[in-house]
Amino acid sequence: MEQATNNSGGLGAYLKHHIREYGLLFALIAIMLIFQIWTNGTLLKPVNITNLFLQNSYIIIMALGMLVVIVSGNIDLSVGSVMGFIGAFAAVMVVEWDMPVAVTMLASLGVGILIGAAQGYFVAYWKIPSFIVTLAGMLVFRGLSLWLLEGQSIGPFPQSFQQISTGFIPDIVPTGFSKSLAEIAGSRNFNVLAVLLGLVAVLAIIYVGMRERARNARYGVVGEPFAFFVVRNAIVAGALLFVSFKLATFRGLPNVLISMVVLTVIYAFLTANTTIGRRVYALGGNEKAAKLSGIKTERLTFLAFVNMGMLAALGGLIFAARLNTATPKAGFAVELDVIAAVFIGGASMSGGSGKIVGAVVGAFIMGVMNNGMSIVGIGIDFQQVIKGLVLLAAVFFDVYNKSK
Amino acid sequence: MTPLLQMQSITKEFPGVKALDQVNLKVMEGEIHAICGENGAGKSTLMKVLSGVYPAGSYDGEIHYDGQLAEFRDISDSEKRGIIIIHQELALVPLLSIAENIFLGNERASKGVIDWRSTFAKTEDLLKKVGLRESPGTLIEKLGVGKQQLVEIAKALSKEVRLLILDEPTAALSEADSQALLDLMLELKAQGVTQIIISHKLNEVRRVADTVTVIRDGTTVSTIDARTEAVTEDRIVRDMVGRDMANRYPERDRRAGEMLMEVSDWNVWHPEHNDRQIIKNINLNVRAGEVVGIAGLMGSGRTELAMSIFGRSYGQNISGEVKLKGQVANVKEIDKAIDAGLAYVTEDRKSLGLVLDENIRTNVTLANLEGVSRSGVINENAETTVAEKYRAAMNIRTPSVFQKVGNLSGGNQQKVVLSKWLFAEPEVLILDEPTRGIDVGAKYEIYNIINDLSAQGKGVLMISSEMPELLGMCDRIYVMNEGAFVGELTAAEASQERIMSLIVTE
Repeated sequence: MEQATNNSGGLGAYLKHHIREYGLLFALIAIMLIFQIWTNGTLLKPVNITNLFLQNSYIIIMALGMLVVIVSGNIDLSVGSVMGFIGAFAAVMVVEWDMPVAVTMLASLGVGILIGAAQGYFVAYWKIPSFIVTLAGMLVFRGLSLWLLEGQSIGPFPQSFQQISTGFIPDIVPTGFSKSLAEIAGSRNFNVLAVLLGLVAVLAIIYVGMRERARNARYGVVGEPFAFFVVRNAIVAGALLFVSFKLATFRGLPNVLISMVVLTVIYAFLTANTTIGRRVYALGGNEKAAKLSGIKTERLTFLAFVNMGMLAALGGLIFAARLNTATPKAGFAVELDVIAAVFIGGASMSGGSGKIVGAVVGAFIMGVMNNGMSIVGIGIDFQQVIKGLVLLAAVFFDVYNKSK
Repeated sequence: MTPLLQMQSITKEFPGVKALDQVNLKVMEGEIHAICGENGAGKSTLMKVLSGVYPAGSYDGEIHYDGQLAEFRDISDSEKRGIIIIHQELALVPLLSIAENIFLGNERASKGVIDWRSTFAKTEDLLKKVGLRESPGTLIEKLGVGKQQLVEIAKALSKEVRLLILDEPTAALSEADSQALLDLMLELKAQGVTQIIISHKLNEVRRVADTVTVIRDGTTVSTIDARTEAVTEDRIVRDMVGRDMANRYPERDRRAGEMLMEVSDWNVWHPEHNDRQIIKNINLNVRAGEVVGIAGLMGSGRTELAMSIFGRSYGQNISGEVKLKGQVANVKEIDKAIDAGLAYVTEDRKSLGLVLDENIRTNVTLANLEGVSRSGVINENAETTVAEKYRAAMNIRTPSVFQKVGNLSGGNQQKVVLSKWLFAEPEVLILDEPTRGIDVGAKYEIYNIINDLSAQGKGVLMISSEMPELLGMCDRIYVMNEGAFVGELTAAEASQERIMSLIVTE
């Protein structure tokens, strides 16, 4: 019977089977519209859009690693503490020891990798549940960052360090030209590069989508109905152009946005198109079957944590650079936001399923809610309540869909 | 004799499909009634209607039980009336004791405080009745499947059962355990317990059943009274599949070629208890085009032997040598073993063979992703082509290769597992219970696939608990008992009696 429903075409049937993916996109749009109205238009002002990226980039970057960890059938509770610890470590190196910024960043990423390797070692090779190993890690690195900072904040960072977070990509056209464009647009500024890259991204997405459709057609695969394809891409393209135009009228493209987009594309490709990605899904879906198919399951689990450690370190650097100081409270409870983003994005708690794009959209949903609720002045108390309910609703929606 | 149960014109429809169509079933008081049919014929649906899983009103027709019209709302409703089902997948809690499991949900307690003395005493009685010599305090996880089955029956007896339904009770049991279970069924019958047995194993049906009802495509095909007419396996098979099956095992050119695999002086110790030797000094060989069987009881070490050869996925302190085509092969890790040309099709396809949430395409390429990728990037077109090729070659019945394997029937799932291993291009395939729990028609297809492999010059090592299957398929049979080979028979020499006598005389 399952086969029969799968086979019977029609838009309704297709929508029913992919309600989760479309639902997520529409949930993000709906939440943005609600806050756009509620904040009297503040949410989508150029400065606030820029802020949204600056505020959420480190969550999104860590969600990429967390998705891999969760797909492999594990969890990492230590990422908040690790990012705090790396921020502190970088601050000590660059501010107190006067080390060069580049060396500090490489060393920080290296320490992140070591932390991930240490935790991954116990999870992969000693089969200690990741919940326990990373709960221990969460305590250890929270304590270590307190010790490193001696309970104080350390800052400020050198200008070049701050650039990774708060810097903007310079425009490609002469200032005079962009000034005249700005006058036409009626804004203080106009960044041509931002609009150009936005256009390139839109074209790339449409090109990749069309190629995929052509291929599916050639292999007789029943894919997304054309109407859905058009509507979905129109929404995405519209949103991208809108955002890039808004960014252009403020200060252009933040550096951190570029790192985030590049990493997202890389991880989306790794998880969906490579053998190593496929093997992680198989490991999470059925570890024993994967092992008996010749997959080195221990090594993959280990690598998932190494990767998470590195991305948590990157998150720590970006966060410290944005605040321009390392504080003992940095990264506190951030692991929960990261994990929530991945689950809102549709990953399964038991492993084996979930998508990078889902995790990123999940992180944006959380980010827009945080930002919007702060603007309208909802207290920190109810912000937490609402975020908790949204997480529960998203996962309930998943379970409800499956049970039908 | 009066009928204890009469199900009349039962029709059960699901959206788009009629699972049961006017099925009639009459079970007499005190008899053993067998229900036979292929997978998907509607046997389980019928039992779910009977036990109230599908409550009264969700089906058409009437159930008369013990002289009254019965309208069960749920399982506990039918259990109260003494109808108890023991499912194929046992439902015991591994970390609780036998006694705790037997009285789970039915605790001997007053005001919520359990009376352990009475619980244990009653358990002792029940265990004696089913012939299980274990202490009531033993944890379920320490028992083998055969003994767990007996615990399930003891649990049923604790509930004053009147109609006991056993769904494929011997599917996971060895020959000896199966015999013991069938004996127990006959004894319970002598004590007046009416029983329904659902089984694929026709020799067992013949042995215990008083009446046989055959179901095909959701309708009753025939009811045979074993007390008045002869019940032959041929007749049941004919009714089940709707055609004559002259030969249950397809013919094959038997030609053994060059030596493919030789295993010598193979010794393996238990993975946790390093003083227990599980495999003792085994020597075996498989030639190109040969199908070699390993016969033995459950627990004789057949699966352990196969897994220890396949990348040392079982055991410790393994010693011995594996040669492939005359060369000593490195098979110390699973990926190395696959590269060397070995494949192992596991006994338990759901938990060890497949990623159930993934589709056919993903499962088929899992053991050889290199075959559809370049520098680590998967070529999905090539992958789809490969999956389609195997779907056609194996006759996997599904609308598309993007179907989740969890939704396929047992026979089709097994074909997916076989496809996965064929795509890894092995020289020697070890098949562990390749037809377990799949229906007669699908079995025949699997046998054909095995014959094709042998025709292509592959070597097949086949482990099976069903002796007729080994006798029908193999060129040679090794007989295994307690971790050692106790005999080797050619197809001409082998018979069920010889195999059993080799096992019991050792």
